[in-house]
Amino acid sequence: MKWSEAHLTDVLVIGAGLAGERVAIEAASRGHTVTILSLVPPRRSHSTAAQGGMQASLGNVAMGYGDNPDIHFEDTVKGSDWGCDQEVARLFVELAPVAVRQMAQWGVPWSRVVPGKRTLPDGVEVEELPEKAGLIAQRQFGGTAKWRTCFASDGTGHVLQYAMDSVVVKLGITVHDRSEAIALIHDGKECYGAVVVSLRTGELRPYLAKATVIATGGYGRMYGVSTNAVINEGTGMAIALDTGVVPLGNMEAVQFHPTGIVPAGILVTEGCRGDGGYLLDKNLHRFMPDYEPVKKEVASRDVVSRWMVHHMRKGFGVDSPYGPHLWLDLRHLGEAHICTNLREVYTICANFLGINCVHELIPVRPTQHYSMGGVRTNIHGEVVGLSRLYAAGEAACWDLHGFNRLGGNSLAETIVAGMVVGERVAEFVKEAPLTFPFSLVEDHLAAQAARIEALRRRASGSEDVYVLRKKMEETLLEHVGIFRTGEGLQQAVATLQELYQRSQDLRLRSSGLGPNPELFAALRLPGMLRLALCIAQGALLRTESRGSHYREDYPQRDDVNWLKRTLATWPPGASMPVIDYEPVKITELPPGDRGYGTMPIK
Amino acid sequence: MAERLLTFSIFRYNPATPEIAPRMQEFQLDETPNMTLFIALNRLREEQDPSLMFDFVCRAAVCGSCGMLINGRPGLACKTLTQDLPDRITLMPLPVFKLVGDLSVDTGVWFRQLNENLEAWIHTDKEFDPKSPEERMDNALAQEIYEAERCIECGSCIAACATANMRADFVGAAGLNRIARFLIDPRDERSPQQVFEVVGTDEGVFGCIGLMACDDICPMEIPLQQQLALVRRKMAWAGLKGK
Repeated sequence: MKWSEAHLTDVLVIGAGLAGERVAIEAASRGHTVTILSLVPPRRSHSTAAQGGMQASLGNVAMGYGDNPDIHFEDTVKGSDWGCDQEVARLFVELAPVAVRQMAQWGVPWSRVVPGKRTLPDGVEVEELPEKAGLIAQRQFGGTAKWRTCFASDGTGHVLQYAMDSVVVKLGITVHDRSEAIALIHDGKECYGAVVVSLRTGELRPYLAKATVIATGGYGRMYGVSTNAVINEGTGMAIALDTGVVPLGNMEAVQFHPTGIVPAGILVTEGCRGDGGYLLDKNLHRFMPDYEPVKKEVASRDVVSRWMVHHMRKGFGVDSPYGPHLWLDLRHLGEAHICTNLREVYTICANFLGINCVHELIPVRPTQHYSMGGVRTNIHGEVVGLSRLYAAGEAACWDLHGFNRLGGNSLAETIVAGMVVGERVAEFVKEAPLTFPFSLVEDHLAAQAARIEALRRRASGSEDVYVLRKKMEETLLEHVGIFRTGEGLQQAVATLQELYQRSQDLRLRSSGLGPNPELFAALRLPGMLRLALCIAQGALLRTESRGSHYREDYPQRDDVNWLKRTLATWPPGASMPVIDYEPVKITELPPGDRGYGTMPIK
Repeated sequence: MAERLLTFSIFRYNPATPEIAPRMQEFQLDETPNMTLFIALNRLREEQDPSLMFDFVCRAAVCGSCGMLINGRPGLACKTLTQDLPDRITLMPLPVFKLVGDLSVDTGVWFRQLNENLEAWIHTDKEFDPKSPEERMDNALAQEIYEAERCIECGSCIAACATANMRADFVGAAGLNRIARFLIDPRDERSPQQVFEVVGTDEGVFGCIGLMACDDICPMEIPLQQQLALVRRKMAWAGLKGK
């Protein structure tokens, strides 16, 4: 490495999805130099795939009149099964309307209120008032008392990302795409940037910054079937964990979305059910009202997913070569609605299933979707355990979602967190010096160079990266899914430990030269297995059921013993994470009944 | 469906090993039901050649990463079903864009440059007031803007464009569509004359020679021909008025 090749910047943002770009914009517009690293061009980030919408209590539509941040707060806390940080939730619900409106000013073509009467699929008649005409429209999502989810036809994430990136372009913020941070440069107290591998050339380069921000999204692709984009491999969480001093919060809290299509796992939006779609079983019976007479298909995601699997276990699933599934029925919504507000669903069905969902049923089943857990931070996004390091969005656990995230709260979170964390980062770098311990940078760089060199040399090792990876994916899917048991989790931990040991002994089949995908996969795999062990071990130790974490052997929520957040750290050289706990902050709403999802399942 | 043995002929070149000349390499794979090129290429990488370079992100036809020439025609690999293709499938990287390796091309830098050149953002002097409600907009207009905003910058229209293949500075259908999106958006306070300064040129709206391959191949089915007509109409008018 030549020092002349080091890249210096005030703020280094790792990840160019909505959270990362929003942090970057906040810091850049306050006069700081910002560099964004991204695995892919920003407009290809996974944020763009969010179809449904963004929650903010504007109260613009008839079914949302009277909405306010208090109701949004209550929905979010109940949705989290009281696992969230209530100060964060309060901050979030107050800022979400600001975020939505600012995005409107930056160009998002939000769908708007059209006045007049209409009849909803369940027969209820609503009237949109003329004085609300042209304000931002809102749709229903699961687990909410009011219609609160702002949307832009069928492509909310796409238009948000494009508007956000247009501001990044306008501000001239430096973006280095096809770049992956593979290690943080730190001394156990402070973070000075990252060692970055170019996915264009395979070459290493240090990026040095006053402040470093992790905004790399989730790890969905560690599961065998996920709605996530293929880039969602938990890279940012993994490099934070690798420091040995940064804890990951609530990694066992994994969300399964009720409607991934079978077999591809591609998501069809919660808007399908919010707009009145039904879930049917093999007898074409609408079964959700049997389990959830009030919320029906629009209970929270953890609850709907659980009932779906439960119903399939009782033998009501539709058999297919890819295992049992259920049906999503949109037919009664009509072609006009499906082809505008749910057009992406229509297109996905046509492209990947070869069916017309205006006339045909969609095969769905719960599919890994979101990670509530992540890099533990405080309410300002400052990472616990390492100063000058921040995290935002799905990669972070400032803890808005606890053990279950509400639909529409993730897009809103990315932008709100970007605003809040970006402001904090900007304030910090204003005063911070741009100095770096020379030897520390060299050591970190040398360690990564040695890893790459060893892989390219192919002198030793026997394990195939793709074989190990597939086994990890299967293990998580089978034992760390919607229904969990002590026995299954023990097996998962044992298997993952074995895989982790084997991942120290990888051997490339190809040369590893240039932008070599096998090399990059090999660099990522050990970190992914460490994350997998945090998830499985956290799930094994948590002997209760809360939100998405459901233990068949401990089916009740246990506030006496488990109203706490899991913290996983990975000491250098360890073969297992160290699991610790901290209390969950309850400031406004004491633990109570969610109003849906009564467990245990009989 | 009868099981087929598919033959893939794939362009190979790794810039890190320039001593190995660009070449076509053949692979064979048994076809499975509903197999897409996403599934096929990943299987080839995992089972046969782990050095094979290609780009996928969303694998659901919303991110625009996987544009390539599929039997000579630009398209998104992730949503291309092998059952719609013959037994022999030729895959090449998109032309126009810089090659990263094998089937992977650098669309990101190209589109960033385009958006900088077009100043493709909302130009406004209005300060954002966090306390104010949003400005109203007619839903029909919001839908119209959304239609143009649906472009995923996959580069298929650029790769298919004769002009873009001949002149590096042509903004292409994606660029003109982007301009159309801002022209109809009242939040953007640029006058048509200001936009004319940017695209009223041979690199812009007057560079198109009307072959319309863009309109035929757009994976998002954006009516690019209509969008081009809209920009031309507005620019012609702005050009006249500007004189």
